[in-house]
Amino acid sequence: MNSDSFQAPSPQLLRREDFPQLLHALKQSGYQILGPVVSQGAIQWKAITTPNDLPIGWKDLQEPGSYRLEPDPSPRCFNIVHGPESLKPLTFAPRETLLVLDRQDHTFSAKEIQPDTKPTAVFGVRACDLAGLAIQDGIFLNDTYPDPYYQQRRENLFLIAVNCTRAHQTCFCASMGTGPKAQQGFDLSLTEADKDFLIEVGSAKGLKVLKQLTCSLPTEERIKQDEDLIAACAASQTRSLPKSNLPDALYEAHDHPRWDEVAARCLSCTNCTMVCPTCFCHGVEETPSLDFQQSGHTRVWDSCFTPDHGYIHGKNFRPTIKDRYRMWLTHKLASWIDQFGTSGCVGCGRCITWCPVGIDLTEEAHALCQPPH
Amino acid sequence: MTHNPYLIHPATIVERKQESTDIVTFRMQLTDPGLQKSFRFKAGQFNMLYVFGVGEVAISIVSDPDEPGLLDHTIRIVGRVTQILGKMQKGETVGIRGPFGQGWPMKEAKGKDVLIVTGGLGCAPVVGAIEYIFRRREDYGDMTILHGVKTPHDLLYRERYDAWRHQPNTQVLLTSDEPGKTWHSHVGVVTELFDDLQVNPDNTLVMMCGPEIMMRVACNVLTHKGLRPDSMYVSLERHMECGIGLCGHCQLGPFFLCKDGPVMRLDQVIPFMGKVGV
Repeated sequence: MNSDSFQAPSPQLLRREDFPQLLHALKQSGYQILGPVVSQGAIQWKAITTPNDLPIGWKDLQEPGSYRLEPDPSPRCFNIVHGPESLKPLTFAPRETLLVLDRQDHTFSAKEIQPDTKPTAVFGVRACDLAGLAIQDGIFLNDTYPDPYYQQRRENLFLIAVNCTRAHQTCFCASMGTGPKAQQGFDLSLTEADKDFLIEVGSAKGLKVLKQLTCSLPTEERIKQDEDLIAACAASQTRSLPKSNLPDALYEAHDHPRWDEVAARCLSCTNCTMVCPTCFCHGVEETPSLDFQQSGHTRVWDSCFTPDHGYIHGKNFRPTIKDRYRMWLTHKLASWIDQFGTSGCVGCGRCITWCPVGIDLTEEAHALCQPPH
Repeated sequence: MTHNPYLIHPATIVERKQESTDIVTFRMQLTDPGLQKSFRFKAGQFNMLYVFGVGEVAISIVSDPDEPGLLDHTIRIVGRVTQILGKMQKGETVGIRGPFGQGWPMKEAKGKDVLIVTGGLGCAPVVGAIEYIFRRREDYGDMTILHGVKTPHDLLYRERYDAWRHQPNTQVLLTSDEPGKTWHSHVGVVTELFDDLQVNPDNTLVMMCGPEIMMRVACNVLTHKGLRPDSMYVSLERHMECGIGLCGHCQLGPFFLCKDGPVMRLDQVIPFMGKVGV
């Protein structure tokens, strides 16, 4: 997305008191600004107008099956690592009317609905989410039929990444090679300290915005300090996926008894697929008006955990929870690589955190790679 | 928006033929004259057919790819959309998106004997390929068409089979699981027709469509007769909604059957066919 060439300047330092300049510059450039905002006990992408809208004074605690916000004395804006939403809802809308069809006597006409998108700057994007977005770009934009709805939303994004200096139990981006530092796919990236932000530029668009800010040059020591904090964040992560030959091992594990064990715990609730930054399954709903003169043709997120995902006139190819969990995990970690040349997992850990019963895909993958006991 | 793959194009039903109580063939014509002219498809591809206010369903195109101005679709009334579609009459409007998927391997089949094995409504997606071959008869070797139905009543395209029988170097064998008063062909499952079949394993290409269990058994029998999996093609069916490999429903192992299939070479899908819950 950031293919326009530019010369990345060396990192710059923005003092906390000058941070509002960044919001101002983006607003002046015509962006609506979204950031992580405390909402219903978690965080969501919402419009922000000042840094005070950001979740200052809060931190998140994530464990398998658990997400909690706790008060935190730190002055930082981005102490919360992430909420249930990745960038996915901002590009691949959870519910989007694609067409409206109008009936005229015995015939009808179809009208395309243009997505209502505005240039949107997003604050607080994590490295894992950028990796997830890159995977979805590959799915929605790099095939024979680029998705026009996704494309319009995507082209309107201005992404301000925040490098992670704090990882959760559920995070494993380091093992997936996607984080904790944002390497690509951002316009600007921030590493936050108590008093200031180190800013790096990832695109020409980002550079244009940076030039409007009152920055100074950071000391070598400051840069080193950030690098050490990010490295420590990576080192603190304990989870990882099996490294060797996972796709073959999963294909071969079709009859492994572990599937029965995980299926006994799985509620087939679809949470893991809804919070996943890369899951792309969707269906189309037809919503006729009461007078049957008009009908909406609406794309809605679907999940391979729904009972009718594999249903076809009288036959369900994946009737049990075991079939569906196996479908999900095998797709995510094996067939995804055949389809798109990359794993479908970025190590954000959301599926572990937001699973009501705390099923951990890394644990399942390791167990499935072992011979049945 | 340019190239919106979701855009539905109105089409008129110009002919309706009741094939049996629950099977109907529609002849459709796109309403837009420009699209009518530019629409092209390959034998074995499918369209998403849309019924106003109800939704879409994936149905293969059974008509002649050389006459893309008219699109024939044979449907069985089995689900939410086909219940309504099946009742539609000549002059009414449906929607079309397509064509999608990979067609039958007509190029690979050139110069070879072609063995067609179908069951039930599975004959519909292959009709286009059969007609294609008969219009270029000299490009292909011997034709063998095996078709099985549950009951004599389920036999579609009766007059087509009669016509194909009279083509040069062509054998047509029909079978019904159940006997019937007017049924003079074989009684039994389609694989029984293989018993007396002479095939040249090195120069035969197989096209197969029908219930997956039938295709699995048939592929096994043919493998024992010396046919290689890379010379057998099967048309597979899964839940299809988008037609472009995006909605995720039609996956079989690494394949999106709507985009990579529905026609697949057997050696590609052998590891996944017949596995429970895939």
